[in-house]
Amino acid sequence: MDSIFRIVVCVKAVPEPKAAESIKIDPVTRALPRLDIPLEINSLDKNALEVALQLKETLPAHITVISMGPPPAGDIVKECLALGADEGILLSDPAFAGADAYATAYTLARGIDKVGPVDVVLCGRASSDGATEWVGPELAVFLDMPVVTMVREFVETKGTSWQVKADIDHGYRLVQVELPAVFTVTQDVNTPRTLSFSGIIKARKREITTWGIDDLDLPAESAGLKGSPTIVSKLTYVESKRECQIIEGTLDEKVEFLIDKFAEAGVIT
Amino acid sequence: MIDFTFTEEQDLFRKAAKEFAETKLAPHVPEMEETGRGWEPVIKELGEAEMMAITIPEKYDGLGLGYTIRMIALEEIARVSVATAMMMQVGGLGIDPIILFGTEDQKTKYLPGLACGERFATVAVTEPSGGSDPRGCHTSYKKQNGHYVLNGRKCFITNSHIADIQVVLANDEDNREAYSTFILEKGMEGFEATHEENKIGMRGCNTGEIEMKDCEVPAENLLGPEGKGMRVSMTAISETGRAGMVGCALGLHTACLEAAIKFANDRILYGKPLSKLQAQQFKIADIKIDLEAGRLLGYRASSTHDKGERAGNEYAVAKYFTTEAAQRAAKMAADMHGGYGCMEEFAVTRYLRDSFVLGPSAGTSDIMKVIVSRWALS
Repeated sequence: MDSIFRIVVCVKAVPEPKAAESIKIDPVTRALPRLDIPLEINSLDKNALEVALQLKETLPAHITVISMGPPPAGDIVKECLALGADEGILLSDPAFAGADAYATAYTLARGIDKVGPVDVVLCGRASSDGATEWVGPELAVFLDMPVVTMVREFVETKGTSWQVKADIDHGYRLVQVELPAVFTVTQDVNTPRTLSFSGIIKARKREITTWGIDDLDLPAESAGLKGSPTIVSKLTYVESKRECQIIEGTLDEKVEFLIDKFAEAGVIT
Repeated sequence: MIDFTFTEEQDLFRKAAKEFAETKLAPHVPEMEETGRGWEPVIKELGEAEMMAITIPEKYDGLGLGYTIRMIALEEIARVSVATAMMMQVGGLGIDPIILFGTEDQKTKYLPGLACGERFATVAVTEPSGGSDPRGCHTSYKKQNGHYVLNGRKCFITNSHIADIQVVLANDEDNREAYSTFILEKGMEGFEATHEENKIGMRGCNTGEIEMKDCEVPAENLLGPEGKGMRVSMTAISETGRAGMVGCALGLHTACLEAAIKFANDRILYGKPLSKLQAQQFKIADIKIDLEAGRLLGYRASSTHDKGERAGNEYAVAKYFTTEAAQRAAKMAADMHGGYGCMEEFAVTRYLRDSFVLGPSAGTSDIMKVIVSRWALS
């Protein structure tokens, strides 16, 4: 291992929740255009960055943040620099537009290859918009690294064999993994720090590098919509209806009624 | 052409200030409102978040960011807690005279501690005889055995009880035409904070009186040239003070707009949200128009200030407009809430009370008109 620990954090620019009303889905690709809507760092990616920043407090490390998105996504990379990352890379090219999780992971992997040798790759477990949870694991495949998903605690981070706690349905797994490796993290892993004024000032000296499809030497058919084996075939709105029902009758009748209703809903058997 | 947009970096500073206000300050607001105190933790938070370092040069461990960023920070903080923004703004009023008029020794001694929040500051000009007429100042000083002796009382002093450093204006006992400004430190013999005020709004913002009884102040604590104290204190008030109140007003105004919009969308009347009724839409439009105009005035003034030019007149226009507009906005937002606008669990009642404190601070609206008319007639 290099004396400097190399960490790459993958971040995604997602629509700000308050802009949800103004989001227009592309009627043809059913993708989410990100050019004219306010963007923010995907919440779980902030947790991933915080893991990196905390590691850097314990060992000599270099944090590279990498994001794929249109030029406005550069703002969130800049924000990551202000939070303490050392270097920012934006993978941006019209050819990357419309990428599914597979093409996104492939493009990110080629970007990480270009960064150079890496000890750890950190991602949020999922994005708040797509929420597939696939990018982290697919990235690991393309980088030929082991992956641990849904990490909630980094138990042992000394040396090249790390131990982490990762969520499963009704508990957690204690996983020992050899580096280099990819980790996806949950919101329980930490509380991300907030921006600081001096952090923003320090980020003035850190440049964002933008790489397009030619810089990554990617064939056009491997990127964006063309490189995406999955498509969004249909979108439907989930309607949530609430109904108020006044229960009439005696107390016993009301209790009977409620027991039936709960049984019907599967709450009791 | 004139560019009316904030830079990407300014947007990032706004985001940082907003995150800080929403995550670190908001939890303290209920206690501040309930008790009228609770300022200790927010003062600590302001220091830790480097908010007091904004205008202090980097040479003295500050951030050297200037007055547009200060206004942005105050606006975002006031949106959550005008009381906290007020303490921060007046803290800056104690800092800026040292930056502008302090000796190298004074800057080195005081500014680093003020930048990191270890120490807090204020300025003390207003007296029971009034604040609009600083020349009516009765607090006196006389030179005696190589130091100065101050006697007098100041009132309505924001941060009176929490400031470690107070920049105090006094009148020469032997020459009533001469005024000087002094740096007083907490703990100096004969200097103490006395009465604490109970204000209609900005609860949790410390305001009170200070008293000097034969207070001996070392000669090196004279701030600026002797006899030029009016210039020292008025420069700070006319620029830093008015600018700060603009930031406070803009933040409160934004909070009023947000509360009005939320209520208008949530409240159903005649089978549809209030926001579908034109009478309510017009109120929201009025609040929004005033806010847009106030921002243009405020940031025009801060931009002038950041260029190193005098901006006292521009700030007077902005201070008058934004503080009056914030009061109108608070009234309209409360009106839109109907009966709920009288219930304290709705934030608009706080905004209404807070808005009344904006006007008199750092010069009343009438005094702003005096200044603006002088400017127009000059």
